[in-house]
Parts: sequence; C-alpha cells; structure tokens
Amino acid sequence: MSKSPLTLHRNPKFRAAIVQAALVFLVFYAFYSLYQTTVFNLEERGIRTSPSFFDQVAPFKVGFSPFLDFELGTTTYIKVFYIGVLNTLLVAVLGIIAATFLGFFIGILRSSNNWLAKKVALIYVEIFRNMPLLLQIMFWNFAIFLAFLPPPKQSLEFGSFFLNGRGLHTPVPIVEHSLLFKVWLGVVILSILLSFIFRRWAKIRFNNTGKSLPVLSISFSFIIIISISAFYILGQPLTVDIPVLGKFNFKGGGQLPLPLFSLWFALTIYTSAFIAENVRAGISSVSKGQIEAARSIGLTRSQMVKMIIIPQSMRVIIPPTISQYLNLTKNSSLAMAVGYEEVVAVWANISLNQTGQALIIIAMTIIFFEFCSLFTSFILNMYNKRIQITER
Amino acid sequence: MSLNSNKFERIPDRLPPINSIGWVAWVKQNLFGSVSNTLITLLFFYLIFLYIPPFLDWAVFNANISGTDRSVCDDNKSGACWTFVKVRIEQLLFGLYFTLNPDQTWRPILAFIVFACLLIPLVIERTPHKKWLLLTLIILYPVFFVSVVGGGVFGIPESDASQWGGLLLTFALAFVGIVLALPLGILLALGRRSKMPIVRSFSIIYIEFWRGTPLITILFMASVMLPLFFPSGVEFDKVVRAMIGITLFQSAYTAEAVRGGLQAIDKGQTEASMALGMGYWQQTIFIILPQALRISIPSIVNTFIALFKDTSLVSIIGLLDLLKIAQNSSRSLDWNGYDIEAYMFAGLVFWMFCFGMSMYSQKLERKLDTDRNTE
Repeated sequence: MSKSPLTLHRNPKFRAAIVQAALVFLVFYAFYSLYQTTVFNLEERGIRTSPSFFDQVAPFKVGFSPFLDFELGTTTYIKVFYIGVLNTLLVAVLGIIAATFLGFFIGILRSSNNWLAKKVALIYVEIFRNMPLLLQIMFWNFAIFLAFLPPPKQSLEFGSFFLNGRGLHTPVPIVEHSLLFKVWLGVVILSILLSFIFRRWAKIRFNNTGKSLPVLSISFSFIIIISISAFYILGQPLTVDIPVLGKFNFKGGGQLPLPLFSLWFALTIYTSAFIAENVRAGISSVSKGQIEAARSIGLTRSQMVKMIIIPQSMRVIIPPTISQYLNLTKNSSLAMAVGYEEVVAVWANISLNQTGQALIIIAMTIIFFEFCSLFTSFILNMYNKRIQITER
Repeated sequence: MSLNSNKFERIPDRLPPINSIGWVAWVKQNLFGSVSNTLITLLFFYLIFLYIPPFLDWAVFNANISGTDRSVCDDNKSGACWTFVKVRIEQLLFGLYFTLNPDQTWRPILAFIVFACLLIPLVIERTPHKKWLLLTLIILYPVFFVSVVGGGVFGIPESDASQWGGLLLTFALAFVGIVLALPLGILLALGRRSKMPIVRSFSIIYIEFWRGTPLITILFMASVMLPLFFPSGVEFDKVVRAMIGITLFQSAYTAEAVRGGLQAIDKGQTEASMALGMGYWQQTIFIILPQALRISIPSIVNTFIALFKDTSLVSIIGLLDLLKIAQNSSRSLDWNGYDIEAYMFAGLVFWMFCFGMSMYSQKLERKLDTDRNTE
C-alpha cells in the first residue's frame, strides 16, 4: 500500500469521519437541549415528568373495554393505556378481516371479464380511495348511521346480529367449562397441525408420483369434522350468548358501540379500495404467456387458477396488502372524531389533558405504533425472504 | 393485372358473421359470455336500477338550490338541500376572515387563479421552460400567496392565519407540506443511500420513525409539545404548528419516493460522472438527481394525494379546514340536519383534486414506462 497522495482534508475517509462526528454532535445536542427545555417548561407549569402517575386513579370514564374491566374510581391510568391499546387492536383486527374479504372480492370483480362488473368495481375504488378517510368516518357515523338507524325496538336483523342507533349487538361465545374448553382447543390445534403434515406428505407424493389430492377440501373437512365431534363429545364446553330484545334494550350478547361500528365500516370500505387495487395489479401481473402455457399443457381452469395464477399473483398482492394492514391500524386513530375509545383518544388526548404528562404519554403512544410498524416490517421481510427462496 | 382480370375474378371478402363484430359481439363477449357472466350482469343491472335513479332524484332532479334559508329545503324533503352549500360557500372555501370581510374575497380567488395558471402549463406535456415554471411555483408563489392572502403589505389589510379556513387552509397546509418536505426528503433519501454508516442510520431512523406513527399523533405532538420544546416566549400559531408537524411527517414519505427514483438510476451514470472527475455534490446535482426526480414524480404525486387527504386531520386539533367547516355548518342552528349535503360537498371537492392528481400520476407512470421500453 503506497501512502495516499491526498492531503488530510481531501481524504474521503477523514472527511466522512468529520461529517459524521459533526452530525452525531448536532443531533445529540439538539435532543439534549429539547429535553432540557421541555422538562423545564413542564416544571414551570407545575408538572414533574415522572411515570408515577401510572398508579393514580383515572378520573374519567372509559365506556368500552371488552377485555379488561373498567371501574370508575379504581382503574388506574396505566390500565387505561392497556384498554386503549386493546381497543385499537380490536378495531384493527376486525377491520383487517373485513377489508381483506371485501378488497379481494372487489379486486376480482375488477379483473373479471364482465364489463359491467369491472366498471362498477372501478367506480367503487376511485370513489373511496380518493376521499379523506376522516370524512368518510364522519359521513357514515353522523350523516348516515346516527341519523337513519332505528331505535333498539326496530333493530335491523342480520341472523343473530342486531343493528340499531346504539350499535351492533352480537352473539358472544361463553366458556362454560374452562378445562374442557382448553382440551377442545388442543384438539382443534392438533387437527390443524395434522392437516399441515398431510399437506406436506401430499406435496412430496405429488412431486414423486405426479398424483394430486384435493388437499384443501380434505384438510378443511377433516378439521371441521374433528372439531365439531370433539365439541359434542366433550359436552359443549362453549355456549353462545345471543342478544335478546328486552323491554327497552337488548339483554345478553355483546355490543359494539356505534362509534366502533362506524369506524370499522369506514376503515373496511376505505382499505378495501386499496386492497382491491393490489389484487387487480397482482392478477394482471401474471403474464399472458403463463395462462397460454397452462392451457396448452391441458390444465383445467380450476387447476390453472390454483397452480398458476394464485401462486404468482399472491407474490405481488401480499407485500403491499400487509402495508395496508399497517395503514389501517394507524388510521384507526381517527376514531377520536367519532368518540371510540382507542389509544390515541383515551391516552394521548384525555389522559394527557388530565395529567399534563405530555412527554411520557406521547412517547408511549408513539412507541406503541412504532412497535406495530416494526412488527409489520418483520412479517414483510420474512415473507419476502420466503418467496425469494422459491424464486428461480 | 387487367389482362388476367377476366380469368381470375376475385371474390370480395365476406363480412364476418354479425355476432362476431360490432356491438353485438362486444355485448356478447363482455356481458353475456357465459351463464355466470350473464347472472353477474343481470345482478349488477338490477342493483344499478335499484339505487342509482333514487339517488339521482335526490341529488339532482328534486334538489333545492333556490332561496337563502332552510325554509325551501324543509318544504321539499325529497331532494338534497344544495341551498345550504350555496349560502355557506364562502365560508367553506375561504374560511372565517373572508366571510366576515366579503370585499376581500378577491384575494384567495386571485391566489387560486394564479396557482392554476402556473400549474396547468406544468401538467401539459409540451410546455417549454418547465423548470423555470416549477421553480416559480415552489419559490415565488408561496411569497405571493402569503402577501396576497395574508396581507399586511402593499396596503392590503392583514388577515391572521388563524382565521384562514375551508379549502384555503387545506390548500395552504398541503402546499406548505409538499414544498418544504421536498428538499428535506431529497436530503434524507440521499442520506439513506450514503456510504457513511452514521448518516445512513440516522436517515433510516428518521424516516421509519415518522412513517411508523399516525399523523394524528404527530399533530397532537405538534400542538401540545411544540410549545414545550422552545423556551417560553417563543409562540407559534396553531396553523404554523400544524404545518411543522405535516412537513416533518411528509418529508419521510417524500424521501421514500425519491429513494425509489434514485434506486432506478443505472450505476453507470455514477461511474461515468466519477470518471469525468466530478465530486459527490456535482454528480448528485447535475447527473443523478435530475434523472431520479423525473422518475419519482409519480410517487411524489401519490404521496401528495395522501397528504392532501390527510390535511383533513387538522380538524381534530381544532383547525377549521374544509371538513371541519362543513361539519360545523351542518350543526349550526340554521342548517341543523343537513349533514349529508355538507359531507358530500366537502367529499366532492376533495375527490376532484385527488382524482385529478391520481389520473395525472397514472398518465406519467404509463409514459415513463413506454419511454423506458422504447429506449
């Protein structure tokens, strides 16, 4: 190695080191001074930044907490935070399930060969993804549901679900016998595992002999038969509590309050428009040659869809759809506008106003969402790795 | 040829069967191709006839537009009440200050017209000197906007930013967000692709931090914590606080869009410019960025659409943007109960802008695709 002919200040390594050192210094100094001023400002307002308020009793009511019990006068702030987080996750899960089904349905319509269906799906997508979600939430909640849904006496009936101006009444499963229920759950999980093993075996057999089995229908019927028969053999460890109309309101069952219902409805419609676009893009990404080749080797239509179109289009559909799931979770924070008690509403708004502990509260809220986001990118990376291996 | 013409009479081509050409074939293929296809078509026709005519009756044929108060609408409940929108239009578009001073409404109108005059040539493909137009739009126009709408110069009476509202505020927030976020986003995108590990990791942390948090939390942070971050005495207007939050948020998304463009540039470009003896900044400014930005315009437009929709969130922290004013007016005593009309109007305005922009970005994307394929 000859000595570098450059003078020190022209040496790229030296310059990089200087630039980065300066950056580190600037960033840390900025953070430090921000922290100092913030703590000082808070103390000037009589607020000592410390997490001791977690154990104080929250002086406000949280109306909807299906997973943790809320009791005015005993529930502490930290529990309010957990309730908020769980409520966020609840609406996110409900929304993700519904938006996936609706989005795939619209996306398939969008790439069907029926002109009318295609156009209707296109109009649906263009209307709902080009309007602010907040506007849609408020529209459904205030202009439609609150204004037009009937009182409990004349609830709209969908099977065992009842929709009225107060919300959606749903059947709720109740565990009658917890030990037997756990046994039953174990049996169900075991049957699912068995069907996975079966699937593997069928795949190996297919690769070796070329004989295929209807894996999906066999494993589904296997799981369903096993779980239903185990359910009755164990003497029904789980019953369903169905809401019944009483004199003034419904008794029994569970209730999704109207804000949750509107939020879920709007999130589903908004996100499904984006998922539909992903589905359409995925289906159209399968090149025509693939379909022609599948036909020319004599695959039936259902075989072609199952073995050629779905595996290839899923690769394109799934990554952006997972990001949409994250968006949905973040968007659930708009619940504030209609009064659903999720984490931003009960924690970053009400609790913050009550305690003034801005630093800790905002940090915890952000950490929760960052955690969701990290989790999502973890799943995405895992998926991307998996499909990379199967690639040629 | 004419010699042989009596020998070999050419029979004119027969037309294809009637059911394989023209609209008959089209209908057959696209609407009634198979049994399931026919069923789908019939179902959708049924749904359309079930819902569209009543909706049109309500929104157009029976709608009320005359009069200046709610009595007209209350008499005719079968139609929409566009009178409400007509009466409140100034407030919905320009906000409180310009409603209270109706003689000043020419200011926002002028600002919008100038904006349109700058933007429309930019969108048209064959305009010359686009670079200068764009620079005018993002550097001179904001100055013009603030002096005309904000006033306080040239003898124009001052209007406080806290009294801007409606579409004007929505527009101002979105515009500030994109213009300030663009340089920040470019720097971050360059930082994320830098060879210096600390610069790179700081950029990644910054970008992922803002992208992982919902805008509403950031707006809360901006409205609650921003005053705490600065020594007492430094006061920010509510609108300015929202603008800061939006800019920080948007810069992360812009950075990702620009990074996509940077990634698409061939490595040979960098190598060639290095061979010519260019330094990092020369390479970046003269070779890489002009190409990368051109490619990333569609994604930047897409992030801008998202931002434009997201500006409606400022209504939660108490700013009177288009959505909030629509909601407030539908709850006022004069017009209580006409929520649907209010939301529909606001939705339509948002939709027109977003749909227009998304059409534009799709067109650009297609054009970039064909440019690349023909290269």
